[in-house]
Amino acid sequence: MKPKHQRLVLVVLALVALIGAGLLAAYALRNQASYFYLPEQMLENPPEPGQAVRLGGMVEEGSLQTAADGVTLTFAVTGNDGARVPVRFSGIAPDLFVEGSGVVAEGRLGPGGTFIADNLLAKHDENYVPRELQEMEQHRAAEMAEETTVGLE
Amino acid sequence: MIAELGLAALWLAAALAALQMIAGFLALRAGNASELAALIRPAAIVQGVLVTFSFAMLVWLFAITDLSVKLVASNSHSLKPLVFKLSGTWGNHEGSMLLWVMVMGLAGALIALVERRLPERTMNATLAAQGVVSLGFYAFLLLSSNPFERLPVPAAEGMGLNPLLQDIGLAFHPPTLYLGYVGLSVAFSFAVGALLTRQVTPDFARAMRPWVLAAWIMLTIGITAGSYWAYYELGWGGWWFWDPVENASLMPWLAATALLHSASVLASRDALRTWTIMLGVVAFSMSMVGTFLVRSGILTSVHAFAVDPERGTFILVLLGIFIGGALLLFALRANTISEGERFALASREGALVFNNVMLSAILAIVLLGTLYPLLTEAFDVRVSVGPPYFNPVGAIFAIPMFAVMAVGPLLRWREDRIDRIGKEVALTAALVVAALVLTSLLTEIGLLPLLGLAFGIGLAVASWLPLRGRNLARTPLATWGMVVAHFGIAVALIGMASESAFTKERLAAIEQGDTATVGPWTVVLEGVEPVAGPNWTAVQARLSARYGDGEARELTPQSRNFWAPPQQTTESALATRWNGQLYAVVGDRSPDGRWQLRLWWKPFVTLIWYGGLLIALGGLLALIGRVLTDLRHRRLAARIAERRADREALA
Repeated sequence: MKPKHQRLVLVVLALVALIGAGLLAAYALRNQASYFYLPEQMLENPPEPGQAVRLGGMVEEGSLQTAADGVTLTFAVTGNDGARVPVRFSGIAPDLFVEGSGVVAEGRLGPGGTFIADNLLAKHDENYVPRELQEMEQHRAAEMAEETTVGLE
Repeated sequence: MIAELGLAALWLAAALAALQMIAGFLALRAGNASELAALIRPAAIVQGVLVTFSFAMLVWLFAITDLSVKLVASNSHSLKPLVFKLSGTWGNHEGSMLLWVMVMGLAGALIALVERRLPERTMNATLAAQGVVSLGFYAFLLLSSNPFERLPVPAAEGMGLNPLLQDIGLAFHPPTLYLGYVGLSVAFSFAVGALLTRQVTPDFARAMRPWVLAAWIMLTIGITAGSYWAYYELGWGGWWFWDPVENASLMPWLAATALLHSASVLASRDALRTWTIMLGVVAFSMSMVGTFLVRSGILTSVHAFAVDPERGTFILVLLGIFIGGALLLFALRANTISEGERFALASREGALVFNNVMLSAILAIVLLGTLYPLLTEAFDVRVSVGPPYFNPVGAIFAIPMFAVMAVGPLLRWREDRIDRIGKEVALTAALVVAALVLTSLLTEIGLLPLLGLAFGIGLAVASWLPLRGRNLARTPLATWGMVVAHFGIAVALIGMASESAFTKERLAAIEQGDTATVGPWTVVLEGVEPVAGPNWTAVQARLSARYGDGEARELTPQSRNFWAPPQQTTESALATRWNGQLYAVVGDRSPDGRWQLRLWWKPFVTLIWYGGLLIALGGLLALIGRVLTDLRHRRLAARIAERRADREALA
């Protein structure tokens, strides 16, 4: 092999590997990224059962129940315009997880329309709020402000 | 007064960085004769002293809890234990950036003091580049995050430190990672210096190598410690979450690993010149990207101290200037660097190049996975990317890399035949296949853990083969370092595979006196009582855990309530055996009075961190070996020069 050639071959091989990695990553990301759903989106356009997604909304007042085994929680997550998705979660809930608070549930949609959560993200404290939750709360505050000012003009 | 002293020292250090930069570039244009060139090294050294002084002042302010300083008031508390007051110095945005520039200043001072191998012109260019990088960070610190800012009225009491950060892990985790990041900035400066003067030589690689090694050791320790810390502190039972912040530390590590190996090729064989320069630029870019991700507030995490768009923009601009500038310089100069020595595909260089490409591919995968959510957010689509993406896609490139890693060190430089090392290859392959077959026959585990176990076992044996037939007493330390580090990779790999394949989990709500079992463990809930610490109260479960028929051990997981700032944390309790760990967490009380317990039995999980430590130890051995060799060469060169002078005097 001529000297010039070796360098060229190396560069081409490295580029092929890197571009391959990039394409593979792009392909895998489309399939494996876990999308974020609001309850109304989940009802309207449900994800494939079994696909990892996240569901964010408010824990409905009066819906939180602990099953007989003491570790399984069932509750409903509500969104705007009355949309409501039942959720089941087995595990230790975050400390600030209560009815009426915001929650992001990671998991998948079960066959019966119940969302099976592997993990719940709730507010840790005033400073550390899951990103989606924070925006949801701001959104809600803006809506409330809008509602209270309706008709004042 | 102390705060003002610190601030003044910081401004002076920034001025010296500017001097270092200007003098460096002027000297580069004028050639060596310039008088300015004499200023460069002293400027770098005094700058290091000043910025260290400034950092010491900040530590002092935290130690005495001076509440008239804004940073202290908003991040400390007079009742905090002293060790956390001190470590709290860098448990916040401003303090951690000051730590960053201090390490950078010290590194600059150290090269200015000791590095004499390179031509003076290249050294000037290197120190000038170091000046540019430092100046950027001084500007960031002084203009947008002044750590010494006073409050108009001193606060009555501090606001406290995030309880998750009130842990001895914090005392070590950020400084080691920063040492790593900043060490890569030195490699970056060397690469830029070499590009500016077109001196991409084996000497350059030898001068750069200890810095890359040191940075890489620190990154390894930092990542290992961070992983263990997250494992026991966050109470989720996992050791790696593919959190963007973890990726931010993994990416520079991957780049540094590749750089380390290609710098070795350049140092001993004078090949891979442009590739090494490129990796030098990429490695530091990855540290900057990491800093940007963590510090800009673009991510929500424990690590995002301050959500401040101004700072994010500032870092992004710095990133653009440094990386864009370096890449532009690279594009302009790369074709003027002549090609290095050639080598055959089946040679040690060939294996190293292959694994360099694999590491770069894994780096690309991690980078894309980390940035993808930010990208889609621009289109208002919310996604998160986790293990289902990173694990399999990374493995596609990691598996061939492990295979080549097992045989690569056995090959000769320049040209070799695979059949010369046929026996060793056959032995390794047989081990891998045997492990594959046996494990898949005996247990039902996933494909990735299966491959991980098999390659881990093969690699664990293969990593020692380079020592075969050598006189062990005369084997260079650097070779021992390589063997130990490769063995560490195998150990960590076995730990990871075993953890993901054999972990048993048990979630139960039990009453006092009741029993729960997980794997071979029997756990009795002896009692639940309230306890109090210096700045928290907790509910503590008293568990008595028994492995098989063995002795009972007491475990005390807690659910802690901190009051400044108010927050709850879960403190896990661990029982460690040689063959794994029992991990226990206590949760809420269910309405009928039972307590939630979550237990994991994780066989051989500790191997992950022992592996990490072995990797770092290997790096340390190599570093010591290289530095000792360098010192010996220097003494020898000095003696030869002396003899020559004597002879000339006689003549």
